[in-house]
Amino acid sequence: MPGVLSGLLILPLIGSALILFVRGEDEAALSNIRYIALLTTLVTFLLSLVAWWQFDPANSAFQLVEQASWVSSSITFKLGVDGYSLPFVLLTTFLMPFCILASWSPIQRRVREYMIAFLILETLMIGVFVSLDLVLFYLFFEGGLIPMFLIIGVWGGERRIYASFKFFLYTLLGSVLLLIAVMAMWKTAGTTDIASLLTYRFAPAMQKWLWLAFFASFAVKMPMWPVHTWLPDAHVEAPTAGSVILAGILLKMGGYGFIRFSLPMFPDASHDFAPLIYALSVIAIIYTSLVALAQEDMKKLIAYSSVAHMGLVTMGLFSMTAQGIEGAMFQMVSHGLVSGALFLCVGVVYDRTHTRQIAAYGGLVHRMPLYAAAFMVFTLANIGLPGTTGFIGEFLSLVGTFRVNSWVAFFGTFGVILSAAYALWLYRKIIFGKLVKPELMNMLDLTPREMCVMAPLVALVIFYGVRPGVILDAFSAPTEALLKSTGLALGAVEAATLVVP
Amino acid sequence: MYSAIVFLPLFGFLIAGGLGRVIGARACEIVTTAFLMLAMVLSWIAFFQVGIAHQGAETVDIAPWFISGGLRVEWALRIDTLTVVMLVVVNTVSALVHLYSIGYMAEDPSRPRFFAYLSLFTFAMLMLVTADNLVQMFFGWEGVGLASYLLIGFWYDRPAANAAAIKAFIVNRIGDFGFALGIFLVFTLFGTVALNDIFARAPEVAKGTFHFLGYDWPAVTLACLLLFMGAMGKSAQFLLHTWLPDAMEGPTPVSALIHAATMVTAGVFMVARLSPLFEQAPFAQTAVLVIGATTAFFAATIGLVQNDIKRVIAYSTCSQLGYMFVGLGAGTYSIGIFHLFTHAFFKALLFLGAGSVITAMHHEQDMRKMGGLWKSIPFTGAMMVIGTLALTGFPFTAGFYSKDAIIEAAYASDRAGHVFAFLCTAFAALLTAFYSWRLVFMTFAGTPHWAEAEAHAGTAVAPASAEEEHHGHGPVEPHESPLVMLVPLALLAVGALAAGLLFKGVFFGGAAESFWNGGLVFEEALVKKVEDVPFLVEHAALIMMVIGSALAYWFYVVNPSLPARLAAANPILYRFLLNKWYFDEIYDFLIVRPTLALARFFWKEGDGRLIDGFGPDGVSARVIDVARGAVRLQSGYLYHYAFAMLIGVAGFITYFIIMGAP
Repeated sequence: MPGVLSGLLILPLIGSALILFVRGEDEAALSNIRYIALLTTLVTFLLSLVAWWQFDPANSAFQLVEQASWVSSSITFKLGVDGYSLPFVLLTTFLMPFCILASWSPIQRRVREYMIAFLILETLMIGVFVSLDLVLFYLFFEGGLIPMFLIIGVWGGERRIYASFKFFLYTLLGSVLLLIAVMAMWKTAGTTDIASLLTYRFAPAMQKWLWLAFFASFAVKMPMWPVHTWLPDAHVEAPTAGSVILAGILLKMGGYGFIRFSLPMFPDASHDFAPLIYALSVIAIIYTSLVALAQEDMKKLIAYSSVAHMGLVTMGLFSMTAQGIEGAMFQMVSHGLVSGALFLCVGVVYDRTHTRQIAAYGGLVHRMPLYAAAFMVFTLANIGLPGTTGFIGEFLSLVGTFRVNSWVAFFGTFGVILSAAYALWLYRKIIFGKLVKPELMNMLDLTPREMCVMAPLVALVIFYGVRPGVILDAFSAPTEALLKSTGLALGAVEAATLVVP
Repeated sequence: MYSAIVFLPLFGFLIAGGLGRVIGARACEIVTTAFLMLAMVLSWIAFFQVGIAHQGAETVDIAPWFISGGLRVEWALRIDTLTVVMLVVVNTVSALVHLYSIGYMAEDPSRPRFFAYLSLFTFAMLMLVTADNLVQMFFGWEGVGLASYLLIGFWYDRPAANAAAIKAFIVNRIGDFGFALGIFLVFTLFGTVALNDIFARAPEVAKGTFHFLGYDWPAVTLACLLLFMGAMGKSAQFLLHTWLPDAMEGPTPVSALIHAATMVTAGVFMVARLSPLFEQAPFAQTAVLVIGATTAFFAATIGLVQNDIKRVIAYSTCSQLGYMFVGLGAGTYSIGIFHLFTHAFFKALLFLGAGSVITAMHHEQDMRKMGGLWKSIPFTGAMMVIGTLALTGFPFTAGFYSKDAIIEAAYASDRAGHVFAFLCTAFAALLTAFYSWRLVFMTFAGTPHWAEAEAHAGTAVAPASAEEEHHGHGPVEPHESPLVMLVPLALLAVGALAAGLLFKGVFFGGAAESFWNGGLVFEEALVKKVEDVPFLVEHAALIMMVIGSALAYWFYVVNPSLPARLAAANPILYRFLLNKWYFDEIYDFLIVRPTLALARFFWKEGDGRLIDGFGPDGVSARVIDVARGAVRLQSGYLYHYAFAMLIGVAGFITYFIIMGAP
């Protein structure tokens, strides 16, 4: 079926157009708006499953390619997916219905605009992962900033202006440099077609500058230490669904950028800058895990834990080993599910009490056993317990890194201890203990709507933990191709570090 | 059949955990216990088939787990003699503990959850012992850690239980840190995590070195040391032992199953399982030997002065695990595993017996408030005496064969550090006898203290014990436990009495070579050497046991005021032991507090002041400063602008005059 990918881009836009046509602001109209948004995201998800069905994971080339003339003969509207991008397309379309559901009753103000912002955001996010043209990618990549900025700034918490300004300031810095790099690449290579750029070899000196420019943009998006401080504020102020998208998808764009551009297009620079990435990753893992330990706000704690987990991703990617890269990619998918789910968990209690302070909770298991069980599963996935998705990504990226640099893996593994400390501490403070706070006495367990949100996430987190092959195998063909093409395939690197007679 | 053994507990967990509220607590108890009983029977069948009838080892493939590059990890069940021994231990104790819990937990409202956790634990433990590769072992390893965390914190209303649960998990994670690095290293060295392939290439790889943290290490030694760090955490060895005594916050059946018989022996199992690897790493073996011996001695000293009945047994467990590691480190893996096997019976018996005492005392755990219980609960008392006999190594009981063999093995071994190990274990045997009989005498002999404790009930400070919330404060009158709790005790007592005599032959006697059949490294010559130690060494354990028992009798029956006087005479030593060598305090000071301080520092100073200060906040502040400056220029007065224009024009003219017109 041709046009699946453009269909994915257009469907949410059609949905938002329909929402525009709903008349009135009464309860019935708002309900219609919500249902249209939900239906749109569900249909989009189904269409993405079609794409998955048509996709051949054994093939490392771009598939489902569509091309249309656009700006010029060298800058075209080209779409396609490979094993790296398709899982993220699926993750995006999968998480969106949950976001709509999570916004069902909490959002009562400007529902129409909110839903439109989310649907447009979905188009832009899918666009990032399916575009095969650098300029197109840049547009989607930076375009996503606008709806997210609005979602935080309009529907956010008390300090939303500060948070959205910080978010914007950081990401803007990166995007300016990225734009310059894109122009330089177009000037040098004469094309912005990603498939052609993948085979084009830039001069090593130029690679360095281009790598740094891309790095500036992706590092902010990841976010890597020390440009991470926008994330906790953005998460804290964003509405629940905004946090889910932020942690689930937007953070993955940085990692996706690294694997799509930095590693294959600037292999020499990637190799030279790997120590920098390692250092920043290790600092991120230890530093932000420690900071997470000291948090008093649930969302901030999870945000800092996200930064630490993203440290593992960058570490694995730049290890340039099959395990490291595949583990990092898996870690991103896993983190998308798990951190999204954790923010949804925070949303559940926030909707009831309107506070995110950890100290305001305690003993919830007495009133909310189902919630406690779901939260436990996600907490365990967050600390990388084998049998959940969190383990596979963490383990593989650390194995891959260890083969190349045991120092880095040694420090990276400290995350294993620290993540257990902060995650279990959070869980204990919120769920366990005596139920004494009067305002918690009447808490109700998960509503059917919330159960619809939690159940599939719990199931997937465990299922992909036990049978990760479904996702992991998609990464193997492109990783093999990548390692071959960069000429940094394992043999050369391994021989240097391992001395076995 | 093997799949059934492993997955029956999982189904039990899913039924009790998922449908607990629908089918009710009684149904959960019956389903999980019945599944475990079935698994137990099948395990014994497997034990006789594989171990005694030499059916041969096999691997049951289930499914691939994950494949990435050259790394292939499978879900598979490895069935050999070592596995079936562990299957028997795990499933027997687990089934009996399930049965016992029906009585012990009868008044608890969350029974479905309890039985679900017990079954989950059993499943994870079975995955651990049947693992065919290191990653699946790690899965089981972390799984039992999770179950332990959930069960220690089972009474989640109690802050002490929550704290103990988290402590257990995190200290174990510190061990797992080493385990994980060990797996990474093994994969880097061998290119595989499958056990058979590792063993096959171990001698060849052992010749190489690996550069790690700035040093060139003998490759296999480093791997073994890292893996052993995991074992130290899980088996509560010296330095990483602090979680085990605190874990006694969990319900007593949990202590019997997880913190005595099975989970804490996972480290021992791991070293035995990897014995072909450890054989290539003499230094790692010495480390195992020395750490084990130190633990055996050190934990026994603490056990001397504790007053909480469960904590005494906990330190005893810690000490006995040290013995097992001595057996392994000496190169006589079969003897270490034999002690694991016998210890499971008598230590589970002691814990369940203690549970029966605690029930009888209405959830009082302080031994100083017991005494004279012999008349009220004779059956439990008899069981505790049997357990004590076995633990102290009374002739012909289980411990007599296994523990003595370890002390002899430490003497006969040729590994470095074996003399130290011999001295530690021999002296610890004396301490073991002392604290074990002290427990029995304080609890069952002498005058009852519970009557007076009752009189002071208003003022007495309850120890960390007490599931009081679940019980009314009836008058303290010890009563025997229900039959459902006594039957498991009786069965375990049979094991504690007979397991040594019955199975010594197959574990390290004449039939051992064909029994193990490659399940672990069995050095016939070394075991022979153990048989031929001098007379005094051969009877060292017995002599020590007699002295220790006699001392305990002297201290607690003949002359009961002596311990208090002795403690008063040596206050520093007494407090040192009572406070467990101050490990918790030292760790708190050296690790916990600095970590939390660093965490706050990074957050407030690093993120807040440094990054945000110079980053976004700084930038925006500068922008605002500049803007303020610009605002001042925009005054709105015409003559200001005219003046600025004039200056500008004058400037241009001057420039052109000097540089010449273009």
